[in-house]
Amino acid sequence: MFPTPIEKTSTASQTFYKIALPIALIVWLLPLLAVALTSIRSAGDITAGNYWGWPTSFNLLENYTAIFENTPIGKYILNSFKVTIPTVIGAVALSCMTGFALGVYRFKSNLPVFFMFVAGNFVPFQILMVPVRDLSLNLGIYNTTMGLALFHIAFQTGFCTLFMRNFIKAMPYALIEAARVEGVSEIKIFWYVVMPLMKPAIAALSVLIFTFIWNDYFWATVLTQGADTQPITAGLYSLNGQWVAAWHLVSAGSIVAAMPPVLMFFLMQKHFIAGLTLGAVK
Amino acid sequence: MKTYWKKNQQRLAPWLFLAPGIAMFAIYVIIPIFQSMSISLYAWDGLGEKEYVGLSNYVELMDDDAFYTSLKNNVIWLVLYMLAIPAGLFVALFLNQTVRGIRIYKSLFFFPFVISQVVVGLVFSWFYDPNFGLLNIALQAIGFDPIAVLADEDWVTYGIIAAGLWPQTAYCMILYLTGLNAVDPEQIEAARLDNAKGFKMLWYVVLPQLKPATFIAMVVTVIGALRSFDLISIMTDGGPWGSSRVLAFYMYEQAFSEYGFRMGYGAAIAVVLFLIMMVYITAFLVKMYRDERGL
Repeated sequence: MFPTPIEKTSTASQTFYKIALPIALIVWLLPLLAVALTSIRSAGDITAGNYWGWPTSFNLLENYTAIFENTPIGKYILNSFKVTIPTVIGAVALSCMTGFALGVYRFKSNLPVFFMFVAGNFVPFQILMVPVRDLSLNLGIYNTTMGLALFHIAFQTGFCTLFMRNFIKAMPYALIEAARVEGVSEIKIFWYVVMPLMKPAIAALSVLIFTFIWNDYFWATVLTQGADTQPITAGLYSLNGQWVAAWHLVSAGSIVAAMPPVLMFFLMQKHFIAGLTLGAVK
Repeated sequence: MKTYWKKNQQRLAPWLFLAPGIAMFAIYVIIPIFQSMSISLYAWDGLGEKEYVGLSNYVELMDDDAFYTSLKNNVIWLVLYMLAIPAGLFVALFLNQTVRGIRIYKSLFFFPFVISQVVVGLVFSWFYDPNFGLLNIALQAIGFDPIAVLADEDWVTYGIIAAGLWPQTAYCMILYLTGLNAVDPEQIEAARLDNAKGFKMLWYVVLPQLKPATFIAMVVTVIGALRSFDLISIMTDGGPWGSSRVLAFYMYEQAFSEYGFRMGYGAAIAVVLFLIMMVYITAFLVKMYRDERGL
């Protein structure tokens, strides 16, 4: 193990480590802690410039109910779910199939098709922006959560295919061979032999895509406008414009926006990390 | 029909499974790339008739100061964003222990990556606020004058990059933490017997084993640097006076913002950005191709 395990070092450095750890964490998360603290301050504290002192009153409930009552933040959150959940389902479903095709079968254009997905996944968003917006306008799905979700499904299929294909490629091929010898059709092999083994990959991708899409801001501004369709990231930006100097509300809004992916991460940590490393570092 | 399927299903099945994925990807990703290239040869406001103007959008770019500012900022982003890799390694080494509660520490350190860049941007605009921001309180405490980071042409890009490095470092940290788990303990012990320690051990024994993690960290960091848009849009909207723009942001601004809808000119900027990214994409694909052949 590297570096040297702390329990094998001198007592002095052990104590030092135990003190340094929480301090480092507080410094690392200081900006976030400040936001959390501000989100429970009163408007009076904000106007008086009391940002860092002890709050004069704790307005946890007031501030959080205020943002839900006075702003469309609830709508924004709902829109975020309406974009994120279909995207997760769609992209994972499509990539289970593409990953299966590219991971199991040998055919001439296998690598070129695979590389197309991988390369497409890395292109800058801006080169897609004008045509995708135009396409959505022509299809009549501009400024709808479905239009945004459809684009995300398509784009995320690139990354998901990379992940699924590598995962399936690492599975024992003998299993598929054996099923073929038994005369099982290819479609049944996919459904009954391979799919059950893909559960961990599906879980990993789902959490990862959930976070990516929840946090997407660029496409939200390109393909949607207004509180009826915009997800929380874009919504928070426009609320920030309205709440000039109402920092306690901005902070509460930020915390609400950050909650779902944070919860997702904490509940599904193991899968999340497996997904992030693209399965390459085991 | 049925017998044809039975005979050929191993040849047909992959295309059947690929069809929906390829169709979606072609419609929304592959075809738009070429459409953008074609739009870059036109003058177009997004609604009316397109007018073919040849390469004149690109010629205009060559003389556009804002384009060079954006390009320069993109280079700064690329170079400085790389700091996330050693920083992430450093944090990972610090946390790679087995004391009580370390798992929670690791997850909390990873926090900045999970939250949206919109939130990160808001948090940092606040951190930099010249009146009450923590940065300036700290600066004043040690006797410096306050700096309005985001309103200062010389500081603004660095200020935004620092905000971006926060989540990116967390990302690299998690890559290295997983990598460190896979480091071969026997090699470390053997090296210890040979009296290797500290930096030498890290450089000659540990880092070579972390190569896959470093590779992925580089890929995601380069992509992240070239995709930088959210933070700039949230923190400064390109300002002050356009000094914090990068190509991704400038393109958006040209194509649809209050300054007018210059789709053709925006597309030309996007093509330049795409070509820069293509260098990295090609390098990545070449490496992948080698790995595939090596298997």
